[in-house]
Amino acid sequence: MGRKICCDANWASGADETRQMSSLGSRPLRSAAVIPLFIGLLLGTTATPTYSQEVIEPLSVEQIASGIYVHSGEIALMSAANEGAIANVGFVIGDKGVAVIDTGGSVREGRRLLAAIHQITDKPILYVINTHGHPDHVFGNAVFQPPTVFVGSHNLPREMAERGPYYLNSFRSAMGALLDEVKIVPPSVTVDDQMQLDLGHRKLTLTAWRASHSDSDLTVFDESSGVLFAGDLVFLRHIPVLDGSLRGWLKTIDELAKLPAKSVVPGHGPASAPWPAAIDSERDYLERLQSDCLDLIKRGIPLAAASQLAAASEKSHWELFDEYNARNATAAYSELEWE
Amino acid sequence: MIGTCLRASAVAALIVATSWSSARPSLAGDADDSWREIANNAFNGRPLADGSGLITLEMPARAEDAAVVPATMRTNLPVGDTRTLRSLTLVIDENPSPVAATFNVGPGVTMISTRVRVNSHTKVHAVAELSDDRLYVVDTYVKASGGCSAPMANSAEENATKIGQMQFRQFTKTAEPANAPREAQIMVRHPNNSGLQRDQVTLYYIPLFIVRQLRVWQGDQLVLEMDGGISISENPNIRFSYAPNGASTFRTEAIDTDGHVFKGEWPVEPAT
Repeated sequence: MGRKICCDANWASGADETRQMSSLGSRPLRSAAVIPLFIGLLLGTTATPTYSQEVIEPLSVEQIASGIYVHSGEIALMSAANEGAIANVGFVIGDKGVAVIDTGGSVREGRRLLAAIHQITDKPILYVINTHGHPDHVFGNAVFQPPTVFVGSHNLPREMAERGPYYLNSFRSAMGALLDEVKIVPPSVTVDDQMQLDLGHRKLTLTAWRASHSDSDLTVFDESSGVLFAGDLVFLRHIPVLDGSLRGWLKTIDELAKLPAKSVVPGHGPASAPWPAAIDSERDYLERLQSDCLDLIKRGIPLAAASQLAAASEKSHWELFDEYNARNATAAYSELEWE
Repeated sequence: MIGTCLRASAVAALIVATSWSSARPSLAGDADDSWREIANNAFNGRPLADGSGLITLEMPARAEDAAVVPATMRTNLPVGDTRTLRSLTLVIDENPSPVAATFNVGPGVTMISTRVRVNSHTKVHAVAELSDDRLYVVDTYVKASGGCSAPMANSAEENATKIGQMQFRQFTKTAEPANAPREAQIMVRHPNNSGLQRDQVTLYYIPLFIVRQLRVWQGDQLVLEMDGGISISENPNIRFSYAPNGASTFRTEAIDTDGHVFKGEWPVEPAT
């Protein structure tokens, strides 16, 4: 079943694991109401009349703080069965409007996220913020239309240009027709270092980071609630995935830990978790990966063998370990052997 | 994008995917037709004998990262067999340019390990020329996809400023005589752009830009010479065995397709 269709981008592929919504915090919103959306209006020429008949079930979201809602994705690889909904996505509501933070792994998920927003507020969606360029976070972008402004790291446009078509191609076998509507929508506003967005009595601080989890990591911090949307700079339960720089990521973690946040929305894992305690397990994993790789390199163990050994002791702590650990080790070893 | 990269039919991949044990000479079928055609071109129609028991090819059955797939070739001659290795050629059948690299070797080289891009599920062949003037072949099967057209690794911009940087490592084994075989590794910073990666802003393919030749000398004696193709991974990395000849330095030289020449010199470290 194409469980591992693309080794270079294996946050694709179809594991079958399903998971109940975690019920941390306040009650999950899950209305029985269905919202038929006229996708033709949203998607322009790509839409066909049949979509107007489509029944959109809003994504289940939890209110983790006043005006902040999060959908906790499955701990799984992207598949047609889970509609790519494996990452945490959310939105923040201010007096003037809404900021969406990541749009999910398919247009269908993005549409369900939009339906969830419409259930809660009729304020305009001012911004879509992408925390980085991986498919499970940006494949729903096409749902959101002007005047919504897309925001991301200064590296995100380049990364989307280089990798977008590759992702569309390589995720085809796991996602099938769900990919038909997906478009790579880059940010029109980019963050070099830091930027503030005002949602109306609610300021979000966006910070772009050095190459860490990926080349385009961006965090969103809401001062009024102390909630930090960390994107994939923070993983819980789901094994961290290295696609940027191990050294950079560890440095970034140290800086993130100093932020005056009360809770974090990880890129994968529960909808929210206490900060900075939530970073500990990931830091342990990455430090183990680093020290094991350095030791294996020093001992002259070749890459092929090293990729099976590094961080093996971490296996019991993480889900999807077998899917990602050897790949992480390959990336870490290749980075560290140049030092 | 991958479509432009595929050179053989999907049928071929299906046939070989159903059952294949490694290190076996070719069976009938489309995949073998494509291999015969490649072999004919690459080796001028010379006969290829079954290399089982003489050489080995080690690759993971499933690639963790299709752009960085380790491949190790060794001679494994029976005790008392006096033949020696002259060259090793690595062929990734379903890659757009199947011959990944040819390694001509000096005295005492019995192992070469490198990292390659693998574009689809494919059979991979290693062909050795021994000192009896004959060619011997073994193969294995690797499941991977998209290695050739996969975008460059992250931090590509940062790496671009370091093109040509070299590292040379010598691996020591304790308690062995000074002339016992040793291993060393040459690493070259280079994007090794396959010419199949596309710049989506300009919609042009990023031009071919690879290390085409890499040589290592022990003193004045050539130890290793690689003629490389587009399947060699970014930052070419070759680990090899060799017989120490008493020289005091290694020299290394890499030449890329833009004519850049990168050189290094490295003192021989004692085997401790």
